[in-house]
Amino acid sequence: MRRLLYIALTLLTLSAPAALAVERPEIQEFKLNNGMTVIVRPDHRAPVVASMVWYRIGSSYEEVGSTGISHVLEHMMFKGTTRYPAGEFSRIIALQGGRENAFTGRDFTAYFQQLAADRLPIALELEADRMRNLRLQEADFKKEVQVVMEERRLRTEDNPIALALEHFNTVANLLSPYRNPIVGWMEDLQAMTMADLQRWYQRWYAPNNAILVVAGDVEPEAVRVLAERYFGRIPARALPAVRKPITLQTPGSRRIEVSLPAELPYLTISYETPSMATAAEAWEPYALTVLAGVLDGGESARLSSELVRGREVAAGVGADYSAVARLSSQFSFSGYPARNRTLADLEAALLEQVERVREGGINAEELERAKNQMIADHLYQLDSIFYQAMQIGMLETTGIGWRTLLEFEDRIRAVTAEQVQAVARRYLTEPRRAILHLNPISGGQG
Amino acid sequence: MRIGMRLLATLLITLLPALAAAVPPIQHWTLDQGARVYFVQNDNLPIVDIRLTFDAAGARDGSLPGLAQLTSALLDQGNDGLDAGEVARRLETVGARLSGGSERDMAWLQLRSLTNPAALEQAVDTLTRIIGSPDFPAAAFERQKARMLVGLQAVRQSPDELGTRAFYRAIYGDHPYANPPSGTEQSLPQITRDHVVNFYRQYYTAGNVVVAIVGAIDRTQAETLARRLNDALPAGPAAPPLPPVQPLAQSQLEQVPFNSAQTHIIIGQPAIARGDKDIYAFMVGNHVLGGGGLVSLLTTTMRDQHGLSYSTSSYFVPSAKPGPFVIGSQVRNESAEQAVTVLRKVFADFLQNGPTQQQLDLAKRNITGGFPLNLDSNSKIVGYLAVIGFYGLPLDYLDTYLDRIGAVTAKDVQAAFQRHLNPAAMATVLVGPQPSESAQ
Repeated sequence: MRRLLYIALTLLTLSAPAALAVERPEIQEFKLNNGMTVIVRPDHRAPVVASMVWYRIGSSYEEVGSTGISHVLEHMMFKGTTRYPAGEFSRIIALQGGRENAFTGRDFTAYFQQLAADRLPIALELEADRMRNLRLQEADFKKEVQVVMEERRLRTEDNPIALALEHFNTVANLLSPYRNPIVGWMEDLQAMTMADLQRWYQRWYAPNNAILVVAGDVEPEAVRVLAERYFGRIPARALPAVRKPITLQTPGSRRIEVSLPAELPYLTISYETPSMATAAEAWEPYALTVLAGVLDGGESARLSSELVRGREVAAGVGADYSAVARLSSQFSFSGYPARNRTLADLEAALLEQVERVREGGINAEELERAKNQMIADHLYQLDSIFYQAMQIGMLETTGIGWRTLLEFEDRIRAVTAEQVQAVARRYLTEPRRAILHLNPISGGQG
Repeated sequence: MRIGMRLLATLLITLLPALAAAVPPIQHWTLDQGARVYFVQNDNLPIVDIRLTFDAAGARDGSLPGLAQLTSALLDQGNDGLDAGEVARRLETVGARLSGGSERDMAWLQLRSLTNPAALEQAVDTLTRIIGSPDFPAAAFERQKARMLVGLQAVRQSPDELGTRAFYRAIYGDHPYANPPSGTEQSLPQITRDHVVNFYRQYYTAGNVVVAIVGAIDRTQAETLARRLNDALPAGPAAPPLPPVQPLAQSQLEQVPFNSAQTHIIIGQPAIARGDKDIYAFMVGNHVLGGGGLVSLLTTTMRDQHGLSYSTSSYFVPSAKPGPFVIGSQVRNESAEQAVTVLRKVFADFLQNGPTQQQLDLAKRNITGGFPLNLDSNSKIVGYLAVIGFYGLPLDYLDTYLDRIGAVTAKDVQAAFQRHLNPAAMATVLVGPQPSESAQ
């Protein structure tokens, strides 16, 4: 192992391309007096701006009985205030040539506008208004919750893989609130009331629970002045204490067999792992990230080479690790068996891959390739203004912090082959593992 | 509201210069063998995007739907004696990313690389082997065909994909656009390796490619790069024009039985081709009707007014030959009949009356004001270059875009919609359980 590591470092010094050291635009952070965080990433390549308001609230703050409430509230945020009645927000943004929408995740609810940079004040004024003055009305709610149920039918109920994964999540996350779907369980949507929403809005939509992220053709100081003007007067509110939920790390091996009307068998294997927010040792999430790259960073990575080509046991297969999460996370594999191969075949092949990393580690060439790819990808991400704002918002709402972006490259470079093997041995273990088989029954047609 | 409007008045003054500055200068040249090159130098990031677009997609499948997509997927599965893993390794070791695909008009390969000389050299060298020396190994051929058949299983469990297939079949009849680019259970088994080799020889030629380059290289480097790509390709002419599209003769109702919680509704017909003079009026009109997001007529009616659906929209696909105009929605099954009635009514009213002045202004402002957003990244710019090159749009397409949109009147919209759409000959596809009898 020592020797391999030595070679890895040599290769890296030889070929780590000097041009990768790009000057990253400076990110600046301010705090308003009411506790609201403002983060600005100047990027002057085009005269546009992405403006986002992120709230530290999402499905992982919910409990069974009221799941889906963060997401329904996100929909209701478009239903108007006294000053800007229903539809006005969207109409004004459209009139300004803007694009807007919102999204809800496990750890956040976010609202965004993309506009010509000089229109930023309009977006800020409107967001500030609905942070405080939302007018929740029974008639709107009754219709909108129907819309959300349609969204659920569309995304989950009529999609066998999504439906199977929804059930799998309850097994993979035995206690973690990540077990609940972001859109909410249908029963909870049916039981939801206006009063619930009102409470949720009052409780979480406060400047001291929000982060304004602005990326694009702006100057940080100008954004600070605008943020003061529009958000500065909104009073802070006492926020409920958030206790980190209990997550079971090693509850024991689990397996769920889901039979659904479908055509395609599907497999997932996932392992409970730390995220950047929960890792006891800061290098571990980076080592897990590199591991995902070695297994599935491209067509030359192990899974494609050996399972799709090579043994031809998978028609498609992938590995995924999400380091950016507020609670502990999952390292997962998923895929479809090749024709004439079974879920059991694919499962065995994937578990063998896991065993190989645990026992034999990875070689220097694989390590270097995965790192080069990740560092290049990290640079490519600078091409998208929207994505840069997204990254900042996600890092902030998960408690990891945007400064992670600054150290990403160095942290990835510092990962050793031993560390990759170590996290595989520590985390890709049976007591942390859950397996899903989606067995199709008699087709979706007819 | 008041503040918003006041801001608007001030800001409109500063709008135009900002927009003009957003359009990057496009350099264009053609190589001897016919490759058309479009280049934008952008030094902001040390990266380059190279997009090769071939007239080698589903519309060229002939009697073997899926042939173009299979060929496209096999390009990098063994080249110059190197196996697929080695080809991928050469790209991935230097951090390059290759993607590709094939729909109805266009087959494309896109390479993103760092511009540091060693990385770029290795990435470009690999790309020339991919386009110029594919081996189409027999094992890769069989494997990829089998994977496409698994892909068809995924289609069979997706009401949306099933509906789209039925829709194209219904509106295009004998035209090549009728075929699904990912093939059928009947066609894929008939495709042989020879078909793929011949398809490649015929369509992956220097005369049939558009090379779009955006990034931190200069003109000389771009010329060398384009020359190398061009020289790697077999010589050959551009593909011949596609046959004309026949309009639908009458309305059709196609019901695809599917065990789902929602009924998927697709309504439409062949509409408009790239380069048609009505295209700008059509864009503005569609924006009002169903392309403008949360404020469009279809969305506000179906979602806000009736709470019927999460997503309702209309779009059109300007293509080499008239591409489809589509109204799409998904609703709970018991509302399917009501939804079809509502969608048809919104459409018919719009066709008859056109947009109001207010709707027209809102759409035009959104399109023009949002124009810089279309050009705010290298990947978006390279996409535009590919479209401009592939469809032979004028080089000043982006420069004149705002004026063209600005000139559209309500009458233009109404006339364009009436010229290209016929409410008496629309196809309606419903995917869901127990399709309603009375929807017709």
